[in-house]
Amino acid sequence: MASTKRRRSRRLRTPLSRGQRIAAPLVTFAVLLALWALVTETGMVDPLFLPSPSAVAQALVDQAAQGALWTDIGTSVYRITVGYLIAVVMAVPLGVMMGVNEWVLSAVEPLMDFIRYMPVVAFVPLTIIWAGTDDLQKFLIIWMGTFFQLVLLVCDAVMQVPQNLIDFGETLGMRKHDIITRIVFPSSLPRIWDALRVSLGWAWTWLVVAELVAATSGLGYRITVSQRYFATDVIIGYVVVLGILGLFFDQVMRAIGKRAFKRWEGRS
Amino acid sequence: MSGTDTGNTRTAQDVEPRIGVRDVSMSFGELNVLEHIDLDFHENEFVAVVGASGCGKSTLLSIIGGLLEPTQGSVTAAGQPVTGPGRDRGIVFQQPALLPWLSCLNNVEFALRGEEGLSKAERLEIARRHLADVKLSGFEDAYPNELSGGMKQRLALARSLSYRPSVLLMDEPFGALDALTRQEMQILLTQVWEANRMTVMMVTHDIEEAVFTADRVVVLTPRPGRIREDIAIDLPRPRTQEMIATERFQSYVQHIWDLIHEG
Repeated sequence: MASTKRRRSRRLRTPLSRGQRIAAPLVTFAVLLALWALVTETGMVDPLFLPSPSAVAQALVDQAAQGALWTDIGTSVYRITVGYLIAVVMAVPLGVMMGVNEWVLSAVEPLMDFIRYMPVVAFVPLTIIWAGTDDLQKFLIIWMGTFFQLVLLVCDAVMQVPQNLIDFGETLGMRKHDIITRIVFPSSLPRIWDALRVSLGWAWTWLVVAELVAATSGLGYRITVSQRYFATDVIIGYVVVLGILGLFFDQVMRAIGKRAFKRWEGRS
Repeated sequence: MSGTDTGNTRTAQDVEPRIGVRDVSMSFGELNVLEHIDLDFHENEFVAVVGASGCGKSTLLSIIGGLLEPTQGSVTAAGQPVTGPGRDRGIVFQQPALLPWLSCLNNVEFALRGEEGLSKAERLEIARRHLADVKLSGFEDAYPNELSGGMKQRLALARSLSYRPSVLLMDEPFGALDALTRQEMQILLTQVWEANRMTVMMVTHDIEEAVFTADRVVVLTPRPGRIREDIAIDLPRPRTQEMIATERFQSYVQHIWDLIHEG
């Protein structure tokens, strides 16, 4: 009994219990936090460079009490929602068309591939000239950072749809348009959703880049302002908040996808 | 006279074949897959096409289905030249092309949406009946991911039968199933077909399956595929499992085996 148990736990990829799965990452975070507290609370590191966890927490509480934290989050979430949704609404139809039509694919893919490798950061100055420093410029940067990647990911998702599903639609005498909307698109939805989830993560990066360079509000703006006052506690606090927000949206997307697409083959 | 039907009796020789394959050759680049195929499929006839893997039997099915265009020759369906896929030629694929977001009932109903003059209620009623035919009653509201491999293929079969194509093309329909399930499927298919005859072309590499289900077995040579022999299977209907052990059945199997393996 005991020997078989020991042998089992030594196997690669032995699954964990639910409790173990929750405990393991908590331990990782706790160890990291303890290390951070150790080097800061003992005065080993100048708090100007690295403030203690409690100082960071206090800074966040202050920002929250003043209301600055909430308006900053609101502004940034608004920008990401609009910029990202515009990218999605444009990328999904184009990606689907590329995935089903060789002409569209041949005409558009090389361009997308080319633009994809242009550094979005380098476009920040240009977008400021074009669109100023208002929300519009943030939308533009988020759009540029996600649209071109997303088009190719959606196209790939559509191309993964098995040929015999398309053949089946044709033997039913369905029109091309109906085959695309009623067979191909729904079949590719789980992969498209994955693409949306991954690219939403990138959207956060581009948002902060845009807000760091030129903005008068938002999470990235607060970080830039804090740098002027050497408020490292606020900077670290905001970076943590950005991490939490990104993780939160990712988990929400993941949960929705898991629930909505549980019936598709090859997904648990 | 005895009431048993050998299946290959034809009333008139000059009746327009359901499917006519005329001097069809197919090559992919340098590779010749099919050469000078001439075949007729008659009304309510069950024809199995067998051959070594790579002999082009699935390619022939795709050409008849209109999914591939032959390099040479032509195919007619009810006298009309085949120019593409169509509702008159239903296909059951080796991997059942089911729609995962629809229930079993709605997967069948989906195929009936192209039928004119049917209300949704009528479509669902027809779908329900065809699920019963393939013994999937009680699974109307189940989804494809909840079905076993054999059940999925039964669902695909029900779906293809539901809209009554004039020819049913089956491309190694049980090839991906385990041996036991495959046997069950062969019996079920034979029962469904005997109760409700239609023109069927089934491609298979399983010789017993071909002899058990079909009225005629067409043997193709290894690549490039040509017709080696066209054999009428003179076994009574309904076919039963006991027949498999009979000398007559086994002599068909042996003969076809020899044809395929003599190289």
